[in-house]
Amino acid sequence: MDISVAPKPPVSRSLVRSDATRRLLAFGALIVLVVAFSLASENFFTFNNIKGILLATSVNGILAIGVTFVIITGGIDLSIGTVMTFSSVMAGVIITNEGLPVPLGVAVGVGTGALCGLINGIVIARMKVPPFITTLGMMYIAKGLALIISELRPIYFNSAPVFRDIAMGSLLGEVVPEFDIPNAVLVMFGAALLAGFILTSTILGRYTFSLGSNEEATRLSGVNAALWKTAVYTVCGAFAGLGGVVMAARLNSAQPALGQGYELDAIAAVVIGGTSLSGGEGTIMGTIIGAFVMSVLVNGLRIMSVPQEWQTVVTGAILVGAVYMDIIRRRGS
Amino acid sequence: MKSTKLFSILFALMLALTVSVGVVYPQGPDETPAATEEPEAERVPYCTEEVRAELEAQDIYIPVISKGFQHQFWQAVKQGAEMAAEDCGVTITFEGPETEAMVDKQLEMLQTALDKEPDAIAFAALDSQAAIPLLERAQEEGIPVVGFDSGVDSDIPVTTAATDNVAAAALAADMMVELIGGEGQVAVIAHDQTSRTGIDRVDGFKNRIEEEYPDVEIVDIQYGAGDQLKSTDLANAIILAHPDLKGFFGANEGSIIGVLNAVAEQGKEGELVVIGYDSGVQQMDAIRAGTEAGAITQDPIGIGYYAVEAAIMALQGEELPEIIDTGFHWYDASNIDDEAIAALLYE
Repeated sequence: MDISVAPKPPVSRSLVRSDATRRLLAFGALIVLVVAFSLASENFFTFNNIKGILLATSVNGILAIGVTFVIITGGIDLSIGTVMTFSSVMAGVIITNEGLPVPLGVAVGVGTGALCGLINGIVIARMKVPPFITTLGMMYIAKGLALIISELRPIYFNSAPVFRDIAMGSLLGEVVPEFDIPNAVLVMFGAALLAGFILTSTILGRYTFSLGSNEEATRLSGVNAALWKTAVYTVCGAFAGLGGVVMAARLNSAQPALGQGYELDAIAAVVIGGTSLSGGEGTIMGTIIGAFVMSVLVNGLRIMSVPQEWQTVVTGAILVGAVYMDIIRRRGS
Repeated sequence: MKSTKLFSILFALMLALTVSVGVVYPQGPDETPAATEEPEAERVPYCTEEVRAELEAQDIYIPVISKGFQHQFWQAVKQGAEMAAEDCGVTITFEGPETEAMVDKQLEMLQTALDKEPDAIAFAALDSQAAIPLLERAQEEGIPVVGFDSGVDSDIPVTTAATDNVAAAALAADMMVELIGGEGQVAVIAHDQTSRTGIDRVDGFKNRIEEEYPDVEIVDIQYGAGDQLKSTDLANAIILAHPDLKGFFGANEGSIIGVLNAVAEQGKEGELVVIGYDSGVQQMDAIRAGTEAGAITQDPIGIGYYAVEAAIMALQGEELPEIIDTGFHWYDASNIDDEAIAALLYE
């Protein structure tokens, strides 16, 4: 296939503009929340609490970054939560049970995620099974495999203390001691930069939008749609694997029973961040902001001692509100 | 018989434990009647060789439905149940939902178990109310039900083999108050609001503080579903919201690991009095390292053993007490390696 023949995907200027608008909306919401909580409680806008929020966002943020790609193609990935857990267990098997080097364990963790994503992609793109069903199936498969491989036990990383530093060490703190932001946060921002680059500056990114805007047109213009779609799910899986590594490093253990439900938090972050579930639009920046909106909300309500049940209700309301704002914006344009 | 031997060892250890009550609670506060509630040490296993021979001929099947299977606690309960099954020559199956929030899935398991027309059932309810209709069905079909770990709000179970969670959590409260110096703010992370253990541990802790210690304030009680990551984030927010916090109680293994993570992430090791429940590698390491003051342990192997044994006794028409108290103990760095305590801990 001659790539140069492929048309520019239908990413129009107005879309860029509207992306800016939606990014502004989510960002505005984030600012409003931060200001409101800062006024409501003196314990909110403190360095330690901000650090806590950053940390609480990291795993969900990394998952959300990955699933943004899939959602832009108009698909969905329900397996990222349990794939994350499966990946963390695989890293644990390599590092703790086999005693192999930490970088290899990290590679296997990320690779496990990518492999699950690859399988999702092949089933969806080649075998034409709907993404919802395929990834639902993978959700169960990954959950079961995590339980089987771990033999139902948490795997601890005590034999490799350096592993924990992936999340809980602080490279930044070594340079500027006052800003001892944990590495998990740096990993998330690094992942966001990488994903942003892929999405805006590579062929994969271009076809991601193209598939979401009009898959048929993309295919008719000579693009191997199945190949690129498979690649998108693989990327999503790789980020889930990275999320698994970071989570395991933070908990200093791979917990085989965790993970289910995390995919919904990630999808919520993507949607709050302005990525449309109908595909074709979206930004990584928006997703990161969406993830922060969620954790600021939970943290702020928590700091104000709002009962937990209400935190969940408010999160749901914000989610629906975000989509409604998007609908209004579309009607306007 | 390997498992018979195992049980006799366990039994001997329990005996030793009863004798060493004074050692187990070296600085136990005076106002802890709960601390002296020990399981009956003179228990003799019901299944002698004759009983075993008789039971084997009957080809008895008892499904054991627990609240989970992936946590080490439930693996220990399973171990106890299997020991009893072997001692008594009966067949058991052991199953439980993946998380302790899956009430519906557990009910499905109970229903399937009933459909298999078992001789008796051992059941640890996730939700003390939701299972009642199915338990009524068991009653109609003449299948004796034995509760374990957490009771059911019903008189259908012939007996319940469980830790007195209210008393155990009250002991945690007593220890907490003593360790924080009699006054100040404390917080709690528990696993859930619907299970008997979740309710009892929170109530036991809360009521003891409210009734006995007016100078101690519980500033927050949150529920993390036993999920280590969620519990970590909850504990982080609580510690930040209450800068004067002096103590933290984690009401099960997942909860306390979350608390320990949060304390470590905030660099507050040693500043907060952290008290946990159950065991597991991380918690035991923290107690040895001094970042956790101590914890309450139950006797999970005993719970599993007594549940199956009681089900068999019910089948044989034996009289059973309403509650089989399986006991609990406070452990900390000073006694974690004592034989009597070590036998109750699991990694």
